[in-house]
Amino acid sequence: MQKAIKRYFPVFVLPTLIAFTIGFLAPFVLGVYLSFCKFTTVTDAKFIGLSNYAKILGDGDFLHSLWFTALFTIVTVLLINIFAFAVAMLLTKNIKGTNIFRTVFFMPNLIGGIVLGYVWQLLLNGILAHFQKTLTYSSKYGFWGLVILMLWQQVGYMMIIYISGIQNIPGELIEAAQIDGANKVQLLRYVTIPMVMPSITICTFLTLTNGFKLFDQNLALTNGGPDKMSEMLALNIYYTFYGRTGWEGVGQAKAVIFFIIVGVIALIQNKLTTSKEVQQ
Amino acid sequence: MKKKKILALVLAASMAGGMLAGCGSTSSGDETAKGDKSSGKVYYLNFKPEQADQWVELAKEYTDETGVQVDVQTAASGTYESQLKSEMAKDEAPTLFQVNGPVGLATWKNYCYDLSDSDVYKDVESDDYILKDGDAVDGIAYVIETYGLIYNKALLNKYFELPDASIKSIDDLNNFQALKTVAEEIQAHKDDLGVEGAFTSAGMDSSSDWRFKTHLANLPIYYEYKADGIDSTDAIKGTYLDNYKQIWDLYLNNSTCEPSMISSKTGDDAASEFALGEAVFYQNGTWAYNDIKDNEVADEDMGMLPIYIGVDGEENQGLCTGSENYWCVNKNASEEDIQATLDFMKWVVESDEGRDMLANEMGFVTPFTTFSDYLPDNPLVKANAEYTEAGKTPVSWNFTTMPSENWKNNLGGALLNYAQGTGAWDSVQTAFVDGWAEEYAAANE
Repeated sequence: MQKAIKRYFPVFVLPTLIAFTIGFLAPFVLGVYLSFCKFTTVTDAKFIGLSNYAKILGDGDFLHSLWFTALFTIVTVLLINIFAFAVAMLLTKNIKGTNIFRTVFFMPNLIGGIVLGYVWQLLLNGILAHFQKTLTYSSKYGFWGLVILMLWQQVGYMMIIYISGIQNIPGELIEAAQIDGANKVQLLRYVTIPMVMPSITICTFLTLTNGFKLFDQNLALTNGGPDKMSEMLALNIYYTFYGRTGWEGVGQAKAVIFFIIVGVIALIQNKLTTSKEVQQ
Repeated sequence: MKKKKILALVLAASMAGGMLAGCGSTSSGDETAKGDKSSGKVYYLNFKPEQADQWVELAKEYTDETGVQVDVQTAASGTYESQLKSEMAKDEAPTLFQVNGPVGLATWKNYCYDLSDSDVYKDVESDDYILKDGDAVDGIAYVIETYGLIYNKALLNKYFELPDASIKSIDDLNNFQALKTVAEEIQAHKDDLGVEGAFTSAGMDSSSDWRFKTHLANLPIYYEYKADGIDSTDAIKGTYLDNYKQIWDLYLNNSTCEPSMISSKTGDDAASEFALGEAVFYQNGTWAYNDIKDNEVADEDMGMLPIYIGVDGEENQGLCTGSENYWCVNKNASEEDIQATLDFMKWVVESDEGRDMLANEMGFVTPFTTFSDYLPDNPLVKANAEYTEAGKTPVSWNFTTMPSENWKNNLGGALLNYAQGTGAWDSVQTAFVDGWAEEYAAANE
């Protein structure tokens, strides 16, 4: 077996490696290079140094969307994980119809972001119409509309991860704790949560990066309205790229900064939560 | 063991196979290319999704007749610039593409072939319909469009017959004050007339906001350019912004819906309100005919009024006429392809098939001399012809000189905030005047 792997490893690795290079590495390197260029199409770029980055500093919209996105991410990371964990706890209690509930909760995740955005736009506007308002009346409505949408979409997915984490807790551990006289809160605090820490790491990582990278839901639900006040980072980058002649490079530079921000935050988060994980 | 090996091989092969299949499907139009390949081929990236199918049909006819391969791709609504940017970076770049005017040309002028010797250029009625960069002819308009206030003649006549109507005939409706009176009286009598409002909803959804941030904003810009004797500027003064405010207020206060609702009203909402006879006035252009025909409003009941904003002498103002569809030929294409493209363009504007398709199927009014017998059957186009015959001065399309998309978006945002009461008119003024200078500087450094 060992020998076979050695002999055939290029067969296994190469296709993925080539796909990874074409689909990720090459565009990434090209993208970073383009952020230092002035260009119309990606094949005829002129190197201009750092001036694209300098232009970002004077862009108030970018800063606004950065704060908007940060706030959105904090709110969704907390809410999604709390709800997902709560639902997962409920659905591991062997109540009737558990499988149906799990399926139903998971299903919204199968719908694409653009479709979800439009569906929720109709729903929320239908409700707000009673008050003669719409989602894009003020960025507050847009913000909470996006939060509701993301909860609906992602709670089910994170729930599945938590369920598998909870089911992996050995029964004897819980039993031992109960014999020692632990009540439900203590059981949760000292047994369940430490034991599902790996799941928490994964789920916070996913929700954190999803929150920062959110694009299609934002585009479909509010399209940044009113007056760019509900525009998140990814959408801001998109509109920088196409909004002005000659500003393609600035959009690209924003994207590089965006990558660094998301990368750094994700790494910090990973360090923090991984350090809390326990060995069984 | 053996089985596993085979399984692994199959898996790896299918992975590699999937990749090759993904990369390998490029030229789908090959089977239509019957003629000799050395004669070049045409790739047209079309801007107008409304006419996507007709262009494909026309391209097929041309291929059947001459054997030259013509590929037509159409960008989805609002994605033309992004698609053009990615298509132009390819080896098989479009040979024929479109820009929307001087500002669009600024992005693409390094890609434009000089059309001054082309046959199509010789067919153009006047130089008003071309884009020049120095002496080079970079773009040629292929469709002329008109917009104004589309109105429902039947409903308006019903209003004229009301006992307390102040305006009694369409001939008196030729300035802003008259328009305001009519709109306000219709709004007051909306139940008697069976309408929801005088104007359709002024939707600020992205499918509709261009009607106000771009097309309506054209009027104050037009009058300012006219007063100053210029045709573009790096810093606008906003001389006619009060007029812009007047007309915007009129739209908001005499509409089918509350101003707090407009942020999510779409272009379809406005079109259906007009088509179902719920509103009398609908600001849009000749292209809207396809959306509103065959409904409650009969063709003979459709008319178009100039958009009056309260400027002296506006009784002689006509409709807003111009083009934001300019053909450009990609100069980076091979010589054979450029020649094939020029031949195709010539065929489109000179052959019977091409002229029939453009005028009758697509419903275009074109700036070409060859089209005198081919006029589309569109009541809104006829309305424009009537104004021109009556000697009214058409309003040119100066919105093609707006400095950037971002300028329009900021203006739209400010207009919306003002309409909702969440912002002041000052911010519209800032977006219009200060924004222009900023955006112009940002886009032209």
